[in-house]
Amino acid sequence: MTAADLWSFAPEFWLTALAVLMLVVDLFSGTGRKLAVAVLGIVGTLLVLIPISTMVAWSPRVIFYNAVAVDGFAIFFKILVAVATALVILASIDYFRAGNRFEGEFYALLVFMAVGLNLMAASADLILLALAIEFVSLMSYVLAGYLKTNEKSNEAGLKYFLFGAAASAVMLFGFSIFYGLTGSTNLYDIAPKLAQVSPAALWLAVGMMLAGFGFKISMVPFHQWTPDVYEGAPTPVAAYLSVASKAAGFAALIRVLIVVVNPQQLNWVLLVAILAAVSMTLGNLLALPQRNLKRMLAYSSISHAGFILIGVAAYHGNFGTPGLLIYLFGYTFTQLGAFFVATLLGQQLGSDDIPAFAGVAARAPIPALLMAVFMLSLTGIPPTAVFFGKYYLLSAAIDNGLLWLAVVAIVNTVISLYYYAGVIRAMYIMPAPSTAPLEEPPALQVALGVAGLGTIIVGVYPQPLIDLARSAVLLLKL
Amino acid sequence: MLSLIVFLPLAGGILILFLNKASEPLMKRVALVASSASLLVSLYALTSFRIGSGAMQLQEVYRWIPSIGVNYHLGTDGLSLPLVILTGILSVVSLIYSWRIDLRLKEYLFLFLLLQTGMVGVFLSLDFFLFYIFWEITLVPMYFLIGIWGGPRREYAAIKFFLYTLVGSLAMLLAILIMYFNATPHTFSMLELIRQQPLSGQPVLAALAFWGFFLSFAIKVPMWPFHTWLPDAHVEAPTAASVILAGVLLKLGTYGFVRVSLPMLPETFKQYAFFVAILALLGIVYGALVAMAQTDLKKLVAYSSVNHMGYVMLGVAAAAGAVGDPALAGAAATALNGAVFEMLAHGVITGALFLIVGVLYDYRAHTRGVDEFGGLWSALPQYGAVTIMAMLASLGLPGLMGFVAEFLIFLGSFGVFPYLTAVAVTGVVFTAGMFLWTIQRIFLGPLNPRWAALPDMDLRERFALVPLAALMVMFGIYPKPLIDMINAAMTGIVTALR
Repeated sequence: MTAADLWSFAPEFWLTALAVLMLVVDLFSGTGRKLAVAVLGIVGTLLVLIPISTMVAWSPRVIFYNAVAVDGFAIFFKILVAVATALVILASIDYFRAGNRFEGEFYALLVFMAVGLNLMAASADLILLALAIEFVSLMSYVLAGYLKTNEKSNEAGLKYFLFGAAASAVMLFGFSIFYGLTGSTNLYDIAPKLAQVSPAALWLAVGMMLAGFGFKISMVPFHQWTPDVYEGAPTPVAAYLSVASKAAGFAALIRVLIVVVNPQQLNWVLLVAILAAVSMTLGNLLALPQRNLKRMLAYSSISHAGFILIGVAAYHGNFGTPGLLIYLFGYTFTQLGAFFVATLLGQQLGSDDIPAFAGVAARAPIPALLMAVFMLSLTGIPPTAVFFGKYYLLSAAIDNGLLWLAVVAIVNTVISLYYYAGVIRAMYIMPAPSTAPLEEPPALQVALGVAGLGTIIVGVYPQPLIDLARSAVLLLKL
Repeated sequence: MLSLIVFLPLAGGILILFLNKASEPLMKRVALVASSASLLVSLYALTSFRIGSGAMQLQEVYRWIPSIGVNYHLGTDGLSLPLVILTGILSVVSLIYSWRIDLRLKEYLFLFLLLQTGMVGVFLSLDFFLFYIFWEITLVPMYFLIGIWGGPRREYAAIKFFLYTLVGSLAMLLAILIMYFNATPHTFSMLELIRQQPLSGQPVLAALAFWGFFLSFAIKVPMWPFHTWLPDAHVEAPTAASVILAGVLLKLGTYGFVRVSLPMLPETFKQYAFFVAILALLGIVYGALVAMAQTDLKKLVAYSSVNHMGYVMLGVAAAAGAVGDPALAGAAATALNGAVFEMLAHGVITGALFLIVGVLYDYRAHTRGVDEFGGLWSALPQYGAVTIMAMLASLGLPGLMGFVAEFLIFLGSFGVFPYLTAVAVTGVVFTAGMFLWTIQRIFLGPLNPRWAALPDMDLRERFALVPLAALMVMFGIYPKPLIDMINAAMTGIVTALR
């Protein structure tokens, strides 16, 4: 092991040390005065971008006995996770303003989870991947059930745990089949050995593995937990799950599928394309009747998972995988922003029901305007971040000859407009029950501003992001 | 210079967002200045525009997203420049008309200016990516304008408008991507795609792309049977938004047919030209008949738009039908000239008609029932004069703008689709009937005493309507400068088709 190997693991070391430090600081600050912990968390997770940025130009390598890949792909997700974590901590400060004894640990758990997410995207070994996924899952269960006195939060934690445990078990079984077939757990060793394997066994292994990844990215038919967990979990946690956890799930899915399984041997492209179409459609149709904003966002996130899966199915060529990365990055800002507005409105109005947002445009003009931007972005109206992601993935579908999938995608985009516009309609068109301006806490305002800027900038000037995503993809296969 | 035309309104709109909510007069002035500045720059662009040339002029090209070949590319020719000027005129006129808006003024002005930027952007973009972005940008403000300031069923009308047009836009996006991936090198440049004709050897893909564009443009025009969103949107929209909707947004559809479908997929368009012409004919007859049956004045004008846009589409379809036949090139150019002239004429005339409806409904009678009036001319002489002039222009009275357009369309189409055109000409009778009957019911006969005390037009309304009336007469009597400009561009397109 060389010094360079250790340095390439610096982001993970850094985040672990940071989380421990946060726990220590938490010990010495009283209830309701955890701002120091939060600020430490935000600054710390942003500082991790410094060691990450030194690695952007590196040639890809594997470290720790070929278990961890240090390539553009992993680095892309490290950046995404760092940004998302910092934003979520920022938005959580106001969420806990009422005072929660365990506020400090909450921030530390988020940072611990970030470590796990980084590892998920970087694992080049099935065992490390399984450990990373388990680690992330444990953090998620705790965070989802964080509001001990709240029934719905408890339900969310438990439900997430039960579903997650089952999905993990199935996935591990799939991993064990891979090991049985090839005698290796390293992705880059497995790949060449799979050529002689019988397709039936391979189908079984891939199918079981998809259960685990599908659970993380809330793909149909492994999506059932999503609405209950998003509704019950603290809103910042739901935001984090819908963005960072989903992104890391996609990272693992892509790395395993594209590196390990040759589509000529086993036609997973068609399988993924069908799963994409089903997820999009079902998520959308179920989102239509929702009244609760968080449940609506949960179903819509299922549909977005389906859309992003287009990038996996259409991985061939210059558009699929970069498109997926671009989509995930843009989606991070937009989805976080939408959840931040949900946090704000949920706290100020005491309800997450969309009709309760009537007339918010007059009472909180800037959050309402940003929410309108986020909703339009999620629909895919330019010039916004998710539009550009959608554009890229539609290109990929057409480039790969999956025109039918592109048509399904645009039909779903039209359907989704209806429920996203429902939020805008409530805020802008429905009359306000009162005209008192809503209080807008400063930290949340900053988080919202960043999410809004990110949404617009990625939409208007995506060139740097494209460059980053393209270099990330070039290195994926080592 | 073109960038200024596009972004001056948006700059004004953003400035307004930062103004104090209490300073309403200032906000209105900023909006008017920004909007008219854009109009003035577009008029100034005429001075450096070579009218006889069919080429793209005043082009601005900057690299924008080089990795996928997207450029920021603006340019104009005899097709787009008049439409840009029309957009500027109608926007300024609508803002003047909106002077008395007091509900959520800041948002109103911002959305209006954003809409102007979007519309002008569509006309000036020569890069498909940019074109698509501006195309979509026009949807959002119109949704809000109808949804917030509209009539009683505004929410339904607004979301119906948004959903309908989004279906079309996304179909267009797919068509654009099909073009993009079949061009070598991949490009979004509209001029390059016209030159390359990437789909000329692939009939299936070409048909898919054609129908993708067709769906998008036909919904926007709207052609029969995609018109059902239009009456709802128009009836519920506030007056100024109706003016923009009828005056400019519908033209985006016909503009798309002339700018995109015809030059990029000429063979495919020729193949389906007869079918498109039939739809246009149905629009003409259906629009006129349904308009005649309306008792709501605004709905009547809305359906008359379906009728008039049918004429435009007849001209475009005729030009497409003439593709590849050198003997018909002259007829094709004439039909296209007529179609483009009709776009402008319809913009001016119907814009005026919606203002006229607004004058009566918004601040005076608060009803639009055609049968509830009678003898109004004696009570409101100025208003009556302007209205009757606009309606006569709309039915195609010689000497006014609408006649020139319809004459050219029929002249050109007759060479290509003689029988269809013969039937379409009878549509003029319906159009005339519907407007004359309307004039009779509202302005003639004994004065309904309920309306005896109505005041005539005030200064704001005169400022809004008189320029439009002047344009109708001016280009009705002396259309040559405008025709010259359009003709250069249309001849260019027709020549490139052979």
